[in-house]
Amino acid sequence: MKHIYLDYAATTPTDEKVVAAMQPYFSEKYGNPSSIHSFGQETKAAIEKAREQVVGLIGGSVDEIVFTSGGTEADNFALEGIAFANQDKGNHIITSVIEHHAVLKCCEFLKKRGFEITVLPVDKSGLVSPESVANAITPKTILVSIMHANNEIGTVEPIKEIAKVIKMRNSECGSRICFHTDAVQTVGHIPVNVDELGVDLLSISAHKLYGPKGVGALYIRKGTRIMPFLHGGAQEHNRRASTENVPGIVGFGVAAELAVQGLAEETKRTLPLRDKLIKGLMANISDIQLNGHPTERLPNNVNVSVKFIEGESMLLNLDMFGIAASSGSACTSGSLDPSHVLLAIGLPHEIAHGSLRFSLGKQTTEEDIEKVLAELPKIVEKLRKMSPLTKGGK
Amino acid sequence: MPAGYSEKVMDHFMHPRNVGEMPDADGIGQVGNPVCGDIMKMYIKVKDNIISDVKFQTFGCGAAIATSSMATELIKGKTIDEALTLTNKAVAEALDGLPKVKMHCSVLAEEAVQAAINDYLVKTTGKGLPGFKPHDESLHDEVHGQ
Repeated sequence: MKHIYLDYAATTPTDEKVVAAMQPYFSEKYGNPSSIHSFGQETKAAIEKAREQVVGLIGGSVDEIVFTSGGTEADNFALEGIAFANQDKGNHIITSVIEHHAVLKCCEFLKKRGFEITVLPVDKSGLVSPESVANAITPKTILVSIMHANNEIGTVEPIKEIAKVIKMRNSECGSRICFHTDAVQTVGHIPVNVDELGVDLLSISAHKLYGPKGVGALYIRKGTRIMPFLHGGAQEHNRRASTENVPGIVGFGVAAELAVQGLAEETKRTLPLRDKLIKGLMANISDIQLNGHPTERLPNNVNVSVKFIEGESMLLNLDMFGIAASSGSACTSGSLDPSHVLLAIGLPHEIAHGSLRFSLGKQTTEEDIEKVLAELPKIVEKLRKMSPLTKGGK
Repeated sequence: MPAGYSEKVMDHFMHPRNVGEMPDADGIGQVGNPVCGDIMKMYIKVKDNIISDVKFQTFGCGAAIATSSMATELIKGKTIDEALTLTNKAVAEALDGLPKVKMHCSVLAEEAVQAAINDYLVKTTGKGLPGFKPHDESLHDEVHGQ
């Protein structure tokens, strides 16, 4: 049986070129980048090259990139680092209800430590309105954190417009509100440039763009006052102590470079496949809806709710055909509630429980999409026959 | 096995026994709630105090469907009194265990059986099971452990 992986938003396979580039940095080129001898200088140079490669992908300059252990650390670093370094200026943070838990749980943590958090709602397509950001800003606001694109429903947020709102406020009031975006789902998938977006901080995770797991980066605009995340050695310009994950960083750099080369073509290839899947699902299954924005959407994200049945039972059936997808149902998260994102866009619980996410990537073919379109309607029909909620629907 | 399920769970999930509606049921019980993501509806046919036939419909995850299926197998052909002794643990054990977060599904299966029998008793004797309580939502929280 051919395995069809449609969960690229969860993680991507590490590109073979990335693995090959990392290989020498385990047992051959193993020096500590902080050492002054040639062993150390060799790995130090490798890290600096990777930093340039990341800059090549997102813009900014090399001294604005801090390597981290991944997207979660980058988000935690941004939020806690800004909050604790700017407490003298204010204690108010603005975020949105559909952020990743790496941001939301961090906000809960900060709330317990005296920070005030405004969690903005989204409309039913998952968009945060720039006006709502403007209206939420107070003289005590020090940070706004809005994700670039949502990992579940794929909605791409109006980051540029939100940045403009914040900049205007900063220039009018002489304030210095920082703007952070979690770009874990966008970097390497759609064009991302820190200056065009107008952000001060931006989180990246390597394993979402065909790089290795356990490495990421936080872009920090020059002049941003931020507290170091780890305390210890002087690595990463004193902002993130700990001996660098050299193989991981090297791999991240190569993945970034490959993304620069292949991004436009990959989008051109994935977009029609995404639309074929959406159209096919809408045509072949009754009582189904697309979640997220119809056009302001990641080129590789499909998220649907299938009424009267539950997500995990669909995933298990798909898995029997070798198809890997994900769901926002409570039954797949181990918690009582379905995905906070699906509830935030106004889905009733039972519709949220019936959600499925397919995220496409480099190895996705048209045949894969056709296989899903052939199998899923049969699975839905089988489960609906079992469901007490089905009312004559097929 | 996916999601930590036993082979038996997957067998009952992929090939559920006794699925469907029963238009001439003697007792019908429905438990659960779409908010929680699982609803079980159980239908029983009773002849000479014996559950001669049983059917179920379930909205829910793999474990919800498998526990429903197993519960119907365990009570089919049993007397009412025997069926009433069915516990959620017995359902889970018959499936070679369930992941901890899915134990509430076996509780629902037990409750669905009780609810169907209660309905049958109310219809035939005018008196339900002593101390029968309709599905208790707080139980869901307890079993989930959160």
